[in-house]
Amino acid sequence: MSRRQDVQRRGLEGPRPEERTRPIGRRNSQGIRIDPEIEAEPKPRRTTISAYVKNEPGVLARVSGLFHRRQFNIESLTVGPTQNEGYSRITLVVEEPDPGIEQIRKQLNRLIPVVHVRELDSNPVARELVIVKVDGDEPDKVHAITEMYDGETLDAGPRTVTVQITGSENKIDDAIDAFKQFNIREIARTGQAALARGEEETARVEAKHT
Amino acid sequence: MSGEQAQAPRDTETEREPTAVTNGADAVVRALENAGVEHLFGVQGGAIMPVYDSLYRSDMRHITMAHEQGAVHAATAYGVVTGEPGVCMATSGPGAANLVTGIADANMDSNPLIALTGQVPTDVVGNDVFQETDAVGITSPVTKANVFADDPDSVGTDVGTAFALAKHGRQGSTLVDLPKNITNGETDRDPGAPTLPDTYEPPETADPDAVAAAAAALRQAEKPVILAGGGVIKADASEELRSFAIEHEIPVITTMPGTGAFPEDHELSLEIAGMHGTGYANMAITMTDCMLAIGTRFADRLTGGVETFAPDAEIIHIDIDPAEVSKNIEADHPLIGDAKAVLGQFADAMTGSPSTEAWLEQCDMWKQEYPMDYAAPEDAPVKPQYIVERFDEATDDDTIVTTGVGQHQMWAWQYWTWTQPRTWVSSHGLGTMGYGLPAAIGAKLAAPDRDVVCFDGDGSFLMTCQELSVAVRENLDITVVILNNKAIGMVRQWQDVFFDERHMASEYPWVPEFDALAEAFGARGFRIDTDDEVDDVIEEALAYDGPSVVDVYIDPDEKVYPMVPSGGDNGLFALTEDQL
Ligand SMILES: Cc1ncc(C[n+]2csc(CCOP(=O)(O)OP(=O)(O)O)c2C)c(N)n1
Repeated sequence: MSRRQDVQRRGLEGPRPEERTRPIGRRNSQGIRIDPEIEAEPKPRRTTISAYVKNEPGVLARVSGLFHRRQFNIESLTVGPTQNEGYSRITLVVEEPDPGIEQIRKQLNRLIPVVHVRELDSNPVARELVIVKVDGDEPDKVHAITEMYDGETLDAGPRTVTVQITGSENKIDDAIDAFKQFNIREIARTGQAALARGEEETARVEAKHT
Repeated sequence: MSGEQAQAPRDTETEREPTAVTNGADAVVRALENAGVEHLFGVQGGAIMPVYDSLYRSDMRHITMAHEQGAVHAATAYGVVTGEPGVCMATSGPGAANLVTGIADANMDSNPLIALTGQVPTDVVGNDVFQETDAVGITSPVTKANVFADDPDSVGTDVGTAFALAKHGRQGSTLVDLPKNITNGETDRDPGAPTLPDTYEPPETADPDAVAAAAAALRQAEKPVILAGGGVIKADASEELRSFAIEHEIPVITTMPGTGAFPEDHELSLEIAGMHGTGYANMAITMTDCMLAIGTRFADRLTGGVETFAPDAEIIHIDIDPAEVSKNIEADHPLIGDAKAVLGQFADAMTGSPSTEAWLEQCDMWKQEYPMDYAAPEDAPVKPQYIVERFDEATDDDTIVTTGVGQHQMWAWQYWTWTQPRTWVSSHGLGTMGYGLPAAIGAKLAAPDRDVVCFDGDGSFLMTCQELSVAVRENLDITVVILNNKAIGMVRQWQDVFFDERHMASEYPWVPEFDALAEAFGARGFRIDTDDEVDDVIEEALAYDGPSVVDVYIDPDEKVYPMVPSGGDNGLFALTEDQL
């Protein structure tokens, strides 16, 4: 039932925008209330997120689709089976401001096959592997650098040497820098796999999900 | 295949007996029956034929739609009105692809919907065979969950799970892709009742300490508002909201999907906020010091620029989906749980009411200052707002209104007085033109005893008007009101302001005679050119027992105001074009 029959048909009226009462505060682009004097936008930081998931077709596609669609900045993504049949662990390295990291955690949690998601603290046990193929002109020098980074020679021939280095992201970056002098022909990097340190659990998992 | 064949009367009584499950298709149908489904909307085709064949023996009613987009919108509206997932089905390839818009639409608005799509047999999937598309791949970003069924023994459970996921927690759309060899494959398994997967446990109640802290904040507020979103309606929490707001004398604003969650004829109602919300709601939302937001995702059309959204307010946010909390607007008090359950907790935790006297006076003043009104000089062409008001006047409070997308949608939203939940059925988040007519069909089948009025634009109507054939065939008593401005008016309105009046591709040099078109379909057609025809035509159209189309030649220059431009400041809403 309309109750506006008695209203005069005059069109919209009222104080103009510049004549209106105004609020004092302000939010930033993340919707967080801020001191209007300080235009602070949160800075991105790099962190590791670990998800324990049920193996279902398409779960990886959904995870990577999510990052693309929501424009989350992803540095690396690895996935592999766990000791529990039917469950995998996905490790993500991301670079986002705090609200973005929180959104990543929550959005991953929304995916139905995801059992548990958390951000690992600043010092997880984390490793990555790289395979580097360089020119084989100076095999001794390549060998020396490989030794220096506790690496391993996987293949050596007259024209190429291929080595493997395992370690933290920083160490691998350094090693790659060092190999540049031999002309890097190709690189394959796995991305980071990580577990929480010591007694701490990477994922809180109920018995039904083991 | 024609609808007649799909709906042919069964020849013998024995065929109506629930028969044993013999194949995957039977299991799919049984899963839907076990879920209590009564209506399905779809279009036949090769890959889904086994499922249709099983439907032949079912008591569920299948409505053959003219286009799969019609099927999905009808099913969505059915879900909005009933609260239970609507079911749509289509064949593989083009059938599945035609559903995508509606699947995205339902998911964006958190409406419960399940889509069943036929698929080519598993041994040829991936070979680009006839009518193959990757339905799971295409719909993965626009569904809550979807699954490719790969075993006749579990296909029934897949459907049950998809149904349960569409319904529980934050509602949304789900899809089950059904390869033909799986639905044809042998199985005798009855899938049982729908169950949620063991990885999915929607929250029920919120942390009591957080509720207590939030209640304390609200009690101390001087300028509180309640912002009621679609989640209030989905959780059937309108009654709880009403008594809470009235007991504590807190003004209520509804979002677009929350329309009807609180009666607009109550003095505490500030009606609707956002881009085309009321001036008073947008003032209150801007000046509030504490907002209790329930079941809303703080969509951009509501907030405008987040920098200026309720910038002085402490935000209490009740939502079932933790990912919506602090996504767009940071919540000072996140309360994760079902809106109804948490509102109950919240009511218990309120040991007193905030003192809102001065604030209510202020809100009243804004109501006086910014009444919703439109100019209607004596000799002007028919005003669309007037049509909306007259239909509102002529129909009962429980009338269901569906819309297309554009100016007409906004006029319907602004000038109808919403008093009940599940009466406003519209496309919010996706803004899908063509939603109105198929939605009216779904709504009427969901609530046969209630009036259903679809306010449509000439452009929106042209996108799905073929569904009129279905309304006629099913003899559905719905009234489609075309607010005809011979233009895709909302686009033209934007061009006037933001593109220096360059009307590129927004005006129709010619529109069909919609009344004659309606008659050609077998519906009743009416036309209104002047104000004095309005009431008589409305009476006749509503009285007609069957679908009718009222083509109203409205003032083509009428605009939708107030308006907050996208990303703008709600408190600076424009009342006229020159204020933008
Ligand atoms: C499917 C689709 N295509 C395009 C648009 C963009 N759009 C938004 S409103 C609008 C105009 C709608 O025209 P009409 O249905 O005649 O309604 P009016 O604005 O004239 O009331 C258009 C084209 C849309 N929302 N949906």
